[in-house]
Amino acid sequence: MSASESKAPPDAVPLWRRPRLRGWLLQALLLAAVLGAVGLMFGNALDNLARQGIASGFGFWDQPAGFGINTTLIEYSETSSYGRAFLVGLLNTLLVSAIGIVLATLVGFVIGVARLSPNALIRGWAYAYVEVIRNIPLLLQIFFWYFAVLRPLPGPREAISLFDLAFLSNRGLQLPRPLPEQGFGWLLAAFLVGIVAAVVLLRRGRGGGRWWWSLAALLLPPLAVAALVGWPLGWSVPELTRFNFRGGMALTPEFVALVLALSLYTASFIAEIVRAGIQSVRRGQREAAAALGLPPGLTLRKVVLPQAMRVIVPPLTNQYLNLTKNSSLAAAIAYPDLVSVFAGTVLNQTGQAVEVISITMAVYLAISLTIAALMGWYNRRQALVER
Amino acid sequence: MERMPPPNRIGPLAWARANLLSGPFNILLTLLGLWLLWAIVPPVLEWALLKAQFLGDSRDDCGGEGACWVFVRVHLPQFLYGFYPEAERWRVNLGVALLAVFAVPLAWRRLRENVWAWAALFLAYPLLAWWLFHGGLGLPEVDTSRWGGLFLTLVVAGSSMAAALPLGILLALGRRSELPVVKAVSTVFIEFWRGVPHITVLFMASVMLPLFLPSGVDLDKLLRALIGVAIFAGAYMAEVIRGGLQGVPAGQLEAAKALGLSYWRQMRLVVLPQALRLVIPGIVNVFIALFKDTSLVLIIGLFDLLGVVQAAVTNPQWLGYAIEGYVFAALVFWLFCYGMSVLSRRLERRLNVGRGAPQELA
Repeated sequence: MSASESKAPPDAVPLWRRPRLRGWLLQALLLAAVLGAVGLMFGNALDNLARQGIASGFGFWDQPAGFGINTTLIEYSETSSYGRAFLVGLLNTLLVSAIGIVLATLVGFVIGVARLSPNALIRGWAYAYVEVIRNIPLLLQIFFWYFAVLRPLPGPREAISLFDLAFLSNRGLQLPRPLPEQGFGWLLAAFLVGIVAAVVLLRRGRGGGRWWWSLAALLLPPLAVAALVGWPLGWSVPELTRFNFRGGMALTPEFVALVLALSLYTASFIAEIVRAGIQSVRRGQREAAAALGLPPGLTLRKVVLPQAMRVIVPPLTNQYLNLTKNSSLAAAIAYPDLVSVFAGTVLNQTGQAVEVISITMAVYLAISLTIAALMGWYNRRQALVER
Repeated sequence: MERMPPPNRIGPLAWARANLLSGPFNILLTLLGLWLLWAIVPPVLEWALLKAQFLGDSRDDCGGEGACWVFVRVHLPQFLYGFYPEAERWRVNLGVALLAVFAVPLAWRRLRENVWAWAALFLAYPLLAWWLFHGGLGLPEVDTSRWGGLFLTLVVAGSSMAAALPLGILLALGRRSELPVVKAVSTVFIEFWRGVPHITVLFMASVMLPLFLPSGVDLDKLLRALIGVAIFAGAYMAEVIRGGLQGVPAGQLEAAKALGLSYWRQMRLVVLPQALRLVIPGIVNVFIALFKDTSLVLIIGLFDLLGVVQAAVTNPQWLGYAIEGYVFAALVFWLFCYGMSVLSRRLERRLNVGRGAPQELA
């Protein structure tokens, strides 16, 4: 009798008002809706593909691509496979992103520090740069550099020359190219040894003299190798022939425009991050450093920046990710990056939208997650060293 | 006894000494700044104003050394309306004016707390605007392929902003939910769309979406782009709002629960008002980013402001005026984005004034 009462007390919460049950119900409904939608879309896609006679699967990967690409880091020709074209595009994306990240960081830090300069004019210029550049769409800036600046440049014969070493024309930027000769591997190895030795000396050593020791450690191994086997590095300088340049290395206008726009645009965001980071360091820290008699340069390097970096790194990571993702705007000026080659040309030729777009998205997701993981690792290390 | 400040601490000369000439390095910087001024400002002014050509209506009127704003002048209707038929452009103007009619009353405090005023803006206005812009029911129809220019930019930006807030709030709440399935679905959704470039989202919306729909259902190109934009707008907004949710003290939620409020009331009456206020700058930043990103729709073949300008500068009849076109487009985008950031700074300051006291008590 009492058992039956405890089973159904008169003031019990009705079944449908119980939070746990409602939670389960809601989740079951959501799961069913998501799975249902995915299933429906999948079914529709199979139907539509079959009706339009589009193949599915990844069989296209090994078929010959049949189109040329003007900027390739690896060997590629029209007879190469779609898979090879994918690799070319991916490498081009990584190239543009890496160079863009380095340049954006340099410019961004300079402008960010300039935003806090004691000099009012420099402060004003830095402010103007940030407010103008970051409020204009990146695509517009890419178009500007490409269609309004680089393309209307004169031809190779009237190219703008920089000390006869580099040339800027409507064919792009011609730069001297390093030519490794016999024994270059040894020089490179010696250089690496020198760097490692210099860093070790700098960390372990004490006093002002260690700077000289580490400089010596940096320079001696490569010089020794050079003395033994001769300087194994030549330069191929671009030379103007009748119609075009010979030698050197050519950066296409598309590449130059993309790198310029990406790095200048991202720099305006990095500048604000750097400014906020430096401002987050309390004034007392600076004053304490000054009271200890540290010169301004040392104060910035040893006191302000290490503390500012903790604030700067997480949003900086985000900007690096953004730059990498934004490099996909290359498609608009036909620089052969991953999106332009793969999600553009390959998609048009094969018609296999689902596979191609999925692969493209997966690649960017992987890049995003990798950079995020790397920066997270750096961030954790930084925090441990500091405390 | 009041004393005058020492004479060498005030006045323009003293300011210059402190800010421009305080040391040898500073003097060097000043020289650099002055050189930049000299190298940039006069040539730009000369090109854009002094030697520029403003009047005229054909290419023959251009020719001087300066900018030829005739190019912009001739193309202005296109830049503003795209290929919208000339006789129907009043509908676009009316639609924009109506937005002000719907939105401005919300600046009034009494109305801001009225649900109907918000419903009118978010539900009634879009329907009304669609009818005005697209036509049907008595108005001649204007296909969306003829929409363009600044008008299309505003349509895309407006709908992405309108979609971003509700979608972002739902996703952010979902990501902080205690229900594992809800949390997982929201987290994967947010992180996926934030991890891929916007272009690929638009590509997906334009080439993959039609495959996912049952045959016979044909979504308009503009509508597909809007769906793509809304998806990533929601994902980005969700992360901003999540930051705000984390900033609301746990005691607030506990108090709301103790009062016996239902989940949605806890959120609507207690948590969200505080959370959203915390992240107003972040929300506006997302809006600014969305506004700039509307220009991406030109890659899938829609003619937004940048798309129309691009078509005009690559038009063989008007070659050579690319800089003028881009400068005009940049100026328009800049005015909108800079305006939004100024507004957000002002709003932030005003809201902070009211919040200072109770925080100090705690």
